[in-house]
Amino acid sequence: MASGKAVIKSRPWTVACFLLPALALLGALVVYPIGYSVWRSLFDASGKDFVALDNFREMFSNDSIRTALRNNLIWIVVAPTVTTALGLIFAVLTERIRWATAFKLIVFMPMAVSMLAAGIIFRLVYEQDPDRGVANALMTTVHDTFTDASSWPDAQPRPGGPVEVQGDGSYLLTEPVEAGSPALVPLVAVPQPELADAEPAAVAAAGPGEVAGTVWMDFTRGGGGTAGAVDPEERGLAGITVEAVRDGQVVATTETADDGSFVLPAEADGARVRLAADSFTAPYNGVEWLGPDVITPAIIGSYVWMWAGFAMVLIAAGLASVPREMLEAARVDGANEWQVFRRITVPLLAPVLAVVMVTLMINVLKIFDLIYVIPPASSQADANVLALQLYQSSFGAGADQGLGSAIAVFLLLLVVPVMIFNVRRLRRENRR
Amino acid sequence: MTAPTSTDRLPDPADAPPPPAAGPPPRPLASRLASLAAGSGVRVVLVVLAVVWLLPTAGLFASSFRDARDIASSGWWDTLTDLDQLTWSNYDSLLANDNFTSSIWTTVAITVPSTLLVVALGASAAYAFAWLDFPGRDWWFLGVVALLVVPVQVALIPVARLFNTLGIFETTLGVVLFHSAFGLPFAIFLLRNFFAEIPRELLEAARLDGAGEIRLFFRVVLPLGGPAIAALAIFQFMWVWNDMLIALIFADNGSPPMTIALQQEMRQFGSNFDVLAPGAFLTMIIPLAIFFAFQRQFVSGVMAGAVK
Repeated sequence: MASGKAVIKSRPWTVACFLLPALALLGALVVYPIGYSVWRSLFDASGKDFVALDNFREMFSNDSIRTALRNNLIWIVVAPTVTTALGLIFAVLTERIRWATAFKLIVFMPMAVSMLAAGIIFRLVYEQDPDRGVANALMTTVHDTFTDASSWPDAQPRPGGPVEVQGDGSYLLTEPVEAGSPALVPLVAVPQPELADAEPAAVAAAGPGEVAGTVWMDFTRGGGGTAGAVDPEERGLAGITVEAVRDGQVVATTETADDGSFVLPAEADGARVRLAADSFTAPYNGVEWLGPDVITPAIIGSYVWMWAGFAMVLIAAGLASVPREMLEAARVDGANEWQVFRRITVPLLAPVLAVVMVTLMINVLKIFDLIYVIPPASSQADANVLALQLYQSSFGAGADQGLGSAIAVFLLLLVVPVMIFNVRRLRRENRR
Repeated sequence: MTAPTSTDRLPDPADAPPPPAAGPPPRPLASRLASLAAGSGVRVVLVVLAVVWLLPTAGLFASSFRDARDIASSGWWDTLTDLDQLTWSNYDSLLANDNFTSSIWTTVAITVPSTLLVVALGASAAYAFAWLDFPGRDWWFLGVVALLVVPVQVALIPVARLFNTLGIFETTLGVVLFHSAFGLPFAIFLLRNFFAEIPRELLEAARLDGAGEIRLFFRVVLPLGGPAIAALAIFQFMWVWNDMLIALIFADNGSPPMTIALQQEMRQFGSNFDVLAPGAFLTMIIPLAIFFAFQRQFVSGVMAGAVK
């Protein structure tokens, strides 16, 4: 061994004193259980009947376990890749920054947090309501910055009135409009608070041949107004896109002013007036992170948050040993930063990246706490993974420890290549 | 690994002395301006990333000081503009809850013995593997290394049965033994490699002074192994403190550790963050304190033990 021959001609009982407690514990709680699990996986739920490989067959045919297998596959492919890529980016970006240590401290900190606490943290982050969950708050802010928020999501035509809702969500005035007579488009159901800043409704003055009209909230507070007529107390609805449609073609477009009025050019004479749907669509509410569709990516997000620091620190240590002269030589030869990164840094780091990836893969294989904690009961089945399935099969209601053992043995088989790699590397080092 | 110093912190390649300035000729002004702009671009990106990384924890921290009504009606970032919302009441009621306070003690009662046991058994076995002489030494050590990546899941059912037979299922002792057993392969691996680096002359000198195996262990090997033992102890402590799965199966349901107490709360009431947020923050205090106090040992422990 690397330590060479022992310094001490040891007495057997001394060796036993040092070694046996650890070996006994390992034997009883690690080695024996491996054997027992393999044995137990060949028996049915009762443990009495030998069923050969039936439990393994069941594993690949049972729907809930297949979901778990599929999710595990997604985890093993996506989580280590994203984490390693981020770690690499962080390590390269911080390389020449003076306050890199502070940044690394912040990114590494989640490693100190339990997966349970991380689960609670991310339940909070992923709250559906954009007023409470920070993820959706950011999503909606970004979304609303780049697209116009719809102005009147609650506005609707009065049932039996002159306006009807089209299949695409736009509102159509049933009668064609004519130049000279005002096109009145009454809507209702806008909550009072939203009207606080609205101006009193008015009909615009139309030039010769033009079509003038108003879109307004046809409701007088306290009652007294006439349905279909612009009463003094009633408010105009601003910012709605008004289209004149003839034979399915849009012939003119305008937008309502602050007092709800609009003027369409002469082409609109005899056409029908339509209010575009985007003025009335429900506001964007972000992503339903904890719903069944994106629950696995959402949990992977929390995992990446925890482990990116690990990848970063290992890769940064590797980066420190990349020979500076090589990078400088490439830069002098006219390579840009991207080429240096792509052609020199990454290939030189390949062994470190592989170690990080394999370590994360082993880690992800056994992922349990996050999946137990983050999804609400309604989407837990969609987030299922092998370790959770094993827990439920072994200790949940209607436990089948034969099936549970089969999953355990499957997990063990998946790490055997790494086990062999570790042992062979050690033997190689010893021979030197 | 080097001895801890007062300047312990994350290893930082940026601190390495810059390469000699000789070599490339002075670059033209335009190119220097471009790289300056790129440099400040990198800084902006890093600041944004740091904020993104801090936001989740900040949210938990701020939420833990808001009452249930505020949490239900608005986001935690409201506290930035309205400091009056902050209150100790969540912590007051949590710490007045006997179930929760006793769970803190259960966590300590599990974590401290598990850490001590792993260090004691791991160090003595590692010493035997590094310096004592016995038949099949290398093969035994290979066996221990093979166990490094065995998933805990393999042992859940068999050990539950075994503990049942022994009458220690759902007891703190059972949890401690389980954690110790699964901490040992890594402990032995890490410490043996470290002990093996101790210069042979030191041990031989002590040997000539008449020290036996046992005195060599306590007087020479253990003191010199300090840094590795510290990294191991910190890693094991965090691992056990933060564990949920093993406690879920093997701990006493009547007086569970903190992680289980919180998880039960979550199962029963769903997203009641006025309890979960302060609770989660209390479980984080000790690990975070250790992280900030012993950054170097923490990082090296986590780096070495991540395969577990």
